[in-house]
Amino acid sequence: MRLELDPAPSPTKVALSYGAFLLLALFLLGFLFLAYGVSPLRAYGLLLSPLLDPLGLAEVARRAIPLLLIGAGLSLAFRVGFFNIGAEGQLLMGAVGAAYVALFLPPGPYTLLLMFLLGGALGALWAGFAAWLRVRFGASEILTTLMQNYLAYYLVVYLVAGPWKGQFVFGFLYTDRFPEVARLPRLGDTLVHWPTLLLGVGAALLLHLLLFRTPWGFSLRVLGENPQAARYLGLKEGRLTLLVALASGFLAGFAGVGEVAGIHGRLLEPAQISLGYGFTAILVAWLARGRPGLTLLTAPLLGLILAGGDALKLAFSMPFRVVDVVAGLLLLALIGAEAASRHRLIWRR
Amino acid sequence: MLRLENITKRFGPVVANRGITLEVGRGEVLALLGENGAGKTTLVSILYGLYAPDEGRILLEGKEVRIPSPKAAQRLGIALVPQHPELIDAHTVAENLALGLDLPPVFARRALLARLGALLQDHPLGVDLEAKVERLSAGEKQRVELLRALLNRPRVLILDEPTSVLTPKEAEGLFQEIARLKREGLAVIFISHKLEEVLALADRIAVLRAGEKVGELSRAEADKERLVRLMVGRSPSPPPKAPPPREEVVLEVENLLVPRHGFPVQGVSFCLRAGEVLGVAGVAGSGQKELLEALAGLRPYRGKVRFLGQTLPKEPARVFSLGVAHIPEERSMGVVGGMSVAENLALRTYPAYARLGLLDYRAMEKEAEALMAAYAVKAPSPRTPVRFLSGGNVQKVILARELKGGPRLILAMHPTYGVDVGAAEEVHGRLLDLARQGAAILLVSEDLDEILALSHQVAALYHGRLVGPIPREVADRERLGRMMAEGRA
Repeated sequence: MRLELDPAPSPTKVALSYGAFLLLALFLLGFLFLAYGVSPLRAYGLLLSPLLDPLGLAEVARRAIPLLLIGAGLSLAFRVGFFNIGAEGQLLMGAVGAAYVALFLPPGPYTLLLMFLLGGALGALWAGFAAWLRVRFGASEILTTLMQNYLAYYLVVYLVAGPWKGQFVFGFLYTDRFPEVARLPRLGDTLVHWPTLLLGVGAALLLHLLLFRTPWGFSLRVLGENPQAARYLGLKEGRLTLLVALASGFLAGFAGVGEVAGIHGRLLEPAQISLGYGFTAILVAWLARGRPGLTLLTAPLLGLILAGGDALKLAFSMPFRVVDVVAGLLLLALIGAEAASRHRLIWRR
Repeated sequence: MLRLENITKRFGPVVANRGITLEVGRGEVLALLGENGAGKTTLVSILYGLYAPDEGRILLEGKEVRIPSPKAAQRLGIALVPQHPELIDAHTVAENLALGLDLPPVFARRALLARLGALLQDHPLGVDLEAKVERLSAGEKQRVELLRALLNRPRVLILDEPTSVLTPKEAEGLFQEIARLKREGLAVIFISHKLEEVLALADRIAVLRAGEKVGELSRAEADKERLVRLMVGRSPSPPPKAPPPREEVVLEVENLLVPRHGFPVQGVSFCLRAGEVLGVAGVAGSGQKELLEALAGLRPYRGKVRFLGQTLPKEPARVFSLGVAHIPEERSMGVVGGMSVAENLALRTYPAYARLGLLDYRAMEKEAEALMAAYAVKAPSPRTPVRFLSGGNVQKVILARELKGGPRLILAMHPTYGVDVGAAEEVHGRLLDLARQGAAILLVSEDLDEILALSHQVAALYHGRLVGPIPREVADRERLGRMMAEGRA
């Protein structure tokens, strides 16, 4: 028995291997639930339960919003080989920008617009700095963006515990409430801040169009897939990398604005602003295989896992972080399926 | 000694080997001759345990054997010297050789050196065991590969295109070594597409074409013409005659200097007129790539370069738009594998397809279809990713794209490397057509016959210096070989 490369697998084979590996992941997950003394079938049901009622769907949507914005940008960044894993920090910087406008600028009709612009700009600055370091000095963006996450994290902690701490919050670490003009409208009673959702959908579609239908996207695809060919054609690698990094940072900043203006209404501790959306979005982008449009599917999928994790926590008092295990197994299964579909098994010796 | 019976190997619908039967005896050199894509490499991979055959069997000294992995091949006494040395550059020769030995997980360096010293005693191949592999020349690296293959005292030695990276003199040394191994009773399988080598070395010659064995001759029966007929299935056409050059100067290069590690291109000067072909030979790594890439705008350089009287810009896109085509050394540089044939054909000109900011794919694909027909690119559709095309077809895609605008200067490096004879003829025809229309061609090649057949002037690069150019009429293989190896015209 041995493996051989299969460079051009048939679609049926690809679909089958993805299906098989997903089943395998669910099977393995069953052991986790068993260890908690929970019936795996009930747990699977609960994990999928948000799909069944409108409130559950709203929970999925609310979590899909930041995942979509960040994931769309990251899928572009990953495509050209800019491994931005600092989206969490960029999101937090977006939240800082939004909070500054909401708390310190005179409220007016343009408050929300300014919040998005400044938040996006701070996010872009955060990513752009790492891109500049890479282009100028060859510093690995994996390290710089990762470290900048901590900078942003503690900047937010400092702000909410120090200079921006609210006047009427007593011992809590957060700012005062944003004025009403700095709040995003929501769908009914849910937490779905629909303007940000629209932004996310628009961003995914726009980036998709940009990548696959414009000359600029064409050059990005050349650069991403074959840097040698990009050099051969004389493409400006540094400038393209920088622009893509700015775009992905900008969208992550938007996600941060959406979280504080749409849900919390104030700047608070980093772990409460984001449930690690910047990291989960890496999975969203990876699963979308460098196609921003596909994040329209993968972001809700990961959103469902996050929402389902909430349901598990409430029903079985399992720790919320069980969702990491679910997401991790899912990712492993998909990586496995990808590898499996590119090989064929020879049973004969 | 070793016998293959009815070996068949399929890759999907493609039959790489069909019913091949071969035999090689003790103290015998069997040459496997065939064009690129004839199935030589597949056959070797089967012998070395990289692929399992779909049908047929392998007999070693009369006993049927299975070879599931390279390790198993080594245990059976089958050793391979790969086409491109697969050594670890940052390590020393001794450490690389150690990979070929069965060593305990932890071992003393001194013990290793002593053991290698003992093993190598009877091999008159002087290599410094302590030297770092990255400092070695291509020929020395290959010697290390050969040593590694010989360490386990194999019964069958396979050499895959061993001379492709060697100078003529180094190749000579290799041949002597092979002759010696043969006298010691080793069975040698020698893969090549170079007729001279095969005729010089082999006792028997098996010719493969399109995955089948089309003939097997003893050395006495074989001659060049017969072998070529077997290889390509028809008589070779005479080499194309180059047209005489015109007066107009297309390219003037004065004192070109390219800085980089090792040997820079140092003070290269030459002049190319319209319709003229300058062929540049040289041992791999003598500065050919740097020279061409500098002219194409891919590398910074010093010195004067004038193209049609104007200073040439140092930016690839602008150089191309002025009418300079560049056929790069490696095909992988000239195409993007995951993008479609149409997109690759538009790689130079895609911004021109923008309508209101969006690329007009219909126009792009329509134009691609026309080009594919004109250049006989075999692909299911313009949307097929280039990754799925054969090497020859990828080269045609590059040529079609680079030559379609009627360039005034063509910088071509190994334009027929890895392309079969028929396609190579076609490439030569295209280049000469363009020369006839007034293009100047700077042709860098490892194939001396190609250079001699196409060029009006020939030159060689030797440690970054240009030797020559001299007129084609006074050049021949021997003289060109001396220019490459000794740096004298």
